[in-house]
Amino acid sequence: MAATEVLQLLAPDGSAASEELPAELDPQRLVGWYRNMVLLRSFDRRALNLQRQGRIYFYAPASGQEAAQIGSAAALQDGDWMFPTYREAGACYQRGLSLQALADQLFGNARDLTKGRQMPNHFACAALRIVSISSPIATQIPQAAGCAIAQKIKRERAATLCYFGDGATSEGDFHAGMNFAGVFRAPCVFFCQNNQWAITVPVSRQTGSESIAIKAKAYGFEGYRVDGNDILAVYTSVKQALDKARAGGGPTLIEALTYRMGPHSTSDDPRRYRSESEVAEWERRDPIVRFERWLRSRGWLDDATVAAIERETAAEVEQAIRSAEAVDAPPPQSLFEDLYAEPTPRLREQQRELLGLIERGVVERITRTPLFG
Amino acid sequence: MPVMNYIQALNSALHNEMERDPRVVVFGEDVGRAGGVFRVTDGLQSRFGEERCFDTPLCEQGIVGAAIGMALNGLKPVAEIQFMDYILPAYDQIANELATIRYRSGGQFSAPVVVRTPACGGIHGGHYHSQSTESIFTHVPGIHVVMPSDPYDAKGLLIQAIRSEDPVLFLEPKKLYRSARAEVPEEPYTIPFGQAKVLREGTDCTVVAWGVMVHVCKEAVEQAARKGIECELIDPRTLAPLDEEAILESVRKTGRLVIVHEARRNTGFGAEIAALVAEKAILHLEAPIRRVTGFDVHCPFTLDPYFLPDAPRVLLAIEETVGF
Ligand SMILES: Cc1ncc(C[n+]2csc(CCOP(=O)(O)OP(=O)(O)O)c2C)c(N)n1
Ligand SMILES: [Mg+2]
Repeated sequence: MAATEVLQLLAPDGSAASEELPAELDPQRLVGWYRNMVLLRSFDRRALNLQRQGRIYFYAPASGQEAAQIGSAAALQDGDWMFPTYREAGACYQRGLSLQALADQLFGNARDLTKGRQMPNHFACAALRIVSISSPIATQIPQAAGCAIAQKIKRERAATLCYFGDGATSEGDFHAGMNFAGVFRAPCVFFCQNNQWAITVPVSRQTGSESIAIKAKAYGFEGYRVDGNDILAVYTSVKQALDKARAGGGPTLIEALTYRMGPHSTSDDPRRYRSESEVAEWERRDPIVRFERWLRSRGWLDDATVAAIERETAAEVEQAIRSAEAVDAPPPQSLFEDLYAEPTPRLREQQRELLGLIERGVVERITRTPLFG
Repeated sequence: MPVMNYIQALNSALHNEMERDPRVVVFGEDVGRAGGVFRVTDGLQSRFGEERCFDTPLCEQGIVGAAIGMALNGLKPVAEIQFMDYILPAYDQIANELATIRYRSGGQFSAPVVVRTPACGGIHGGHYHSQSTESIFTHVPGIHVVMPSDPYDAKGLLIQAIRSEDPVLFLEPKKLYRSARAEVPEEPYTIPFGQAKVLREGTDCTVVAWGVMVHVCKEAVEQAARKGIECELIDPRTLAPLDEEAILESVRKTGRLVIVHEARRNTGFGAEIAALVAEKAILHLEAPIRRVTGFDVHCPFTLDPYFLPDAPRVLLAIEETVGF
């Protein structure tokens, strides 16, 4: 397939290019994906509200990108690694990170797997091989290449899936990661969600090239575009690329064409830089609506099931948030943990200093996770 | 005279200089059409056009590298790095290239680039929106490092930076963007580099602070005054060049020194000031020099308030120093 063509299996009206499905996909699994997409949309809405109410500090929604997130992570196998960005709550959930773990991280509470160390959306779970998310754009790309090189050296039959946005392709780290992967034929799948915007900057300001996918050619491997709002196209292409990588076929770059329907984050007002007609145009291609139409047309989903899924996922989200909010902040001594395997004498001294200041009442003890007005 | 917040003062400086000098160009991520994520460059593109104020691809080393090239060829680039935490991909361009070009070319070339960036913490931004890494830049000769603590200084120092013949790293404590207000003239004016500001005179203890910590220290020295301790509060405003004489003169008078910065303690800029005083005024000291700083950890999200020095911690250090 040419690097500028777009793979699509489901049209926006829910009609399918083919009646055939990959053998491993049964109705139950497909409806499960649908459920996860609905849950992610509901989690996004709830998180945006929580931020407006001052109950969490920040959130980066993924509304509009559910097919790209769920479809890509659904193609992973147990031994694979993933390197997500702050946009990937949905992909992390699909990978197996629990809703409770997501909610705990948003609140940065004592139960959070990352101990409240990072802003909301910066998940990590070693058990699931979800590598710790950091804010700097594109830094994970060469790391993912390195992880995949290690998989090759260790003769693992596994691959690495690396997430990033359109903006990230402008960074030097994108070049570094793609080049390493190409030279070492690393089993790495580079999954770019081209959601058309990097905060206020359109993708036309990121590259003079006719697509992002085409860049793979210059690094010596295959790149192609898929309709990122079509979960079947996303799943199929990522699955193929991961299978190829695991079989020693080297890296692939997949550019998923999608759209961030909401703001970049809670710090941003997208009405200031993009037109309502553009947003409306993409709303017509809503990935959840499209998948739902198709599932209904196959007779795998009906009104009652849709209503039940909406009700149940909303309740699950609510429950996770309530529970997360009730957990205290991490204890003060944890400020000095995890810098090194063992704290240095200096860190121990500073730990004593802080605990002393709290004891003397000079510094106020933090009990709750942060509240903001 | 109009009252401006920190953002408005910077925006006014940029308008003034772009008006005055057609060589001034302003660019960075989200800087053009949107006017910056903090709106510092608001209105510049509509006023001066897309060639003089524009969005770049998302690439810090590209932004600074391109700025160097433009400056070599006669423009006056004012480049924005969206957060100081994201300046590191450009560190090579700054430390190895920008800061060295005059020296390594035997004075034939110069690149008077201004790199502006929102710095420091206090906004619950976690590690990646809170760092104050001024000392990794003050360690590099050939570039000025500026961190104004109020809107009046911000405007005068930014204009000075744009007119400077040398590169300048211009650090803007983002916590002050909307919270700090001052009377600021509409007209252009400059404040020379290397001139500290004495915010309060006193005879008992010298307190040196910059950025947000100036405001924390103002509160602390007022509380100290109510307890009968008269502090002298000094804001160096520019760390490179540093107004050494202002600090030394004050310490010779008070015999005591408390240095406050939100950057981590280990090899923070406070160590340089402490060494300066130890070298040039140690015999005037009546108590050990104290540093009140961020702890030697990565700025955490939830526990952020523990990380940053606050007025009670500064007050305690002042009292212990005076009571030594
Ligand atoms: C190195 C670096 N520079 C700047 C930023 C500030 N920033 C955060 S997100 C973002 C845009 C990212 O766009 P894209 O890669 O398309 O991902 P998206 O947010 O659209 O998912 C920018 C500029 C950053 N986090 N890291
Ligand atoms: Mg994007």
